[in-house]
Amino acid sequence: MSCMETIEAYGLRSIGLGERLLPRSDFTLCDQFVLIGSGLVWNVYFGLMALFFGFWFATALAMGKSSDSLLLRKPAEWFIFVFRGSPLFIQFFIAYQAFVLLPRNGIEINLGFVELTAQTRWLTKAWAGALIVLFLNTSAYSAEIFFGALRSIPKGDLEAAEAYGMTPWQKFRRVTFPTMLRLGWPAYTNEAIFLFHATTLVFFSGFPAWQQQGDALYYANYFADKTFNPFVPYPIVAGYFVILTLCVITGFGLVNRRLNRHLAPASRPRLRIRPQLVR
Amino acid sequence: MFEFCSDPSALEDLQWMACYLTTGKQIAFYWSFGTVLLLLAVTAPAALAFGFLGAMASRARIAPVRWLGLAYTSMVRGIPDIIFFLFVPIALDQGFEWLRHKVKCPDWDQPIRQGSDFVVCSAAKLPQSSAPQWVHESYGFALAVLAFAIVFGAFAANVLAGAMKAVPRAQMETAEAYGMSHSQAFWRIMVPQMWVYALPGLSNLWQILVKATPLLFLLGVEDIVYWARELGGSKTSTFAYPHPDWRLWYFLGLLVFYLALTSVSERVFARLSARLSHGQATAAGEKMRKAAA
Repeated sequence: MSCMETIEAYGLRSIGLGERLLPRSDFTLCDQFVLIGSGLVWNVYFGLMALFFGFWFATALAMGKSSDSLLLRKPAEWFIFVFRGSPLFIQFFIAYQAFVLLPRNGIEINLGFVELTAQTRWLTKAWAGALIVLFLNTSAYSAEIFFGALRSIPKGDLEAAEAYGMTPWQKFRRVTFPTMLRLGWPAYTNEAIFLFHATTLVFFSGFPAWQQQGDALYYANYFADKTFNPFVPYPIVAGYFVILTLCVITGFGLVNRRLNRHLAPASRPRLRIRPQLVR
Repeated sequence: MFEFCSDPSALEDLQWMACYLTTGKQIAFYWSFGTVLLLLAVTAPAALAFGFLGAMASRARIAPVRWLGLAYTSMVRGIPDIIFFLFVPIALDQGFEWLRHKVKCPDWDQPIRQGSDFVVCSAAKLPQSSAPQWVHESYGFALAVLAFAIVFGAFAANVLAGAMKAVPRAQMETAEAYGMSHSQAFWRIMVPQMWVYALPGLSNLWQILVKATPLLFLLGVEDIVYWARELGGSKTSTFAYPHPDWRLWYFLGLLVFYLALTSVSERVFARLSARLSHGQATAAGEKMRKAAA
């Protein structure tokens, strides 16, 4: 097979398009590059979706944790504690076991006038089940970052907003929220990078790869097992991740520029990745 | 364990549970918590040593050493740690066997990689196939420790390099003014002062290390995740203690274990940080001085 044919056959193998059987012998470099690259689709999917939904939930959690009301603060604190204090690997296992234990035929919900059957099978599939875990996990980590940022908003900014007669919502929308993002953004960038890294755990932690549709590391592991040579597939997947990380840094850097656009160019904080805050 | 355990099928609920929780396999499960703690105890200092070397290398005055150090410190930012955990043990294993092969069988003429096989002469195998079981197990564990030390050493090198930079420049200038040599200034002035700047990063790193320990399971070590899956799976009536699928409960137990471990370490680090800030020219140290005065 030429390399073009390999790309046609396996370019989208990870989402079930193209050739059904994985290559079994005589692996070429092209095979490995194409198949591992096709697995990257899942890493990007998990990362982007978890980040997108997690961002809003994290904001809510951070507001909850800094709230004066015990009823809001305690659940938020406990949620963040549980998800930040335990390994993601264990969370995946627990979620998978819990989803498997749900009744197979779905749950009957009686609304009085109509009976609904909530299907539960899809929760045991990686695309939904693992995404839920990653979403909750990144929400907890991001919430802690945003909470720290909320606490370091300059007191004067908030007082000025009140002095202008802003309503609480206006104050949040125009002062608290943007300042929180600005202060938390470098750490949040870090969190995003490590979330993308964490997506490689999905297919090694209970969630089965249905019809061998896995992520980049799943295919790299497949090649390493088959050829018994780790020196080709793992560097390939590592290279893909370096590129992915650079893309994340670039994207978050653009947002960072926009968040700080009102500041004088010299006083704009540059996005420096601080390794002190690795998850 | 207890005398009444001789016939499990005739037992009441509470006694059944007491017997079930003290079977040989359950005891092995409890011991595997020791494996995790042992891994932490061995890896943490090893990673710190790797990190210190990495941080020193990334500040070296010889350019190739500096590049090596910078590459080492920045690799964990771009590449997921789990790739290293899968790659390092098997790569090291093959590397060791290849080296031994070169030394022990110099007149071997066949290639080492034959198709999908990695073939070395039998004298070069690690561990030897005649070795007892515990040698195989500890060799696997040692490879896992090395993989952890390399990855977390890179994280630690990041933190320590940052801490070295954070030591106030004036301190080093004073050392130079006193006529200290480069290495004297480094060991006597910078190293003692850097720890307070490194502590937040190191405590964060410790928490990540704790949370990475279940990955031992992926390396084939019989750790707590392995036993939880093994024991929790549903047991039919052919077993002495039949039960349905209890894996969820076992994993919830592991969750509680990890939550306890991380929250205890958080408290320890809070106290340590207070201790180290004492008398330091930092905001926290200044606060303590004012509170005392």
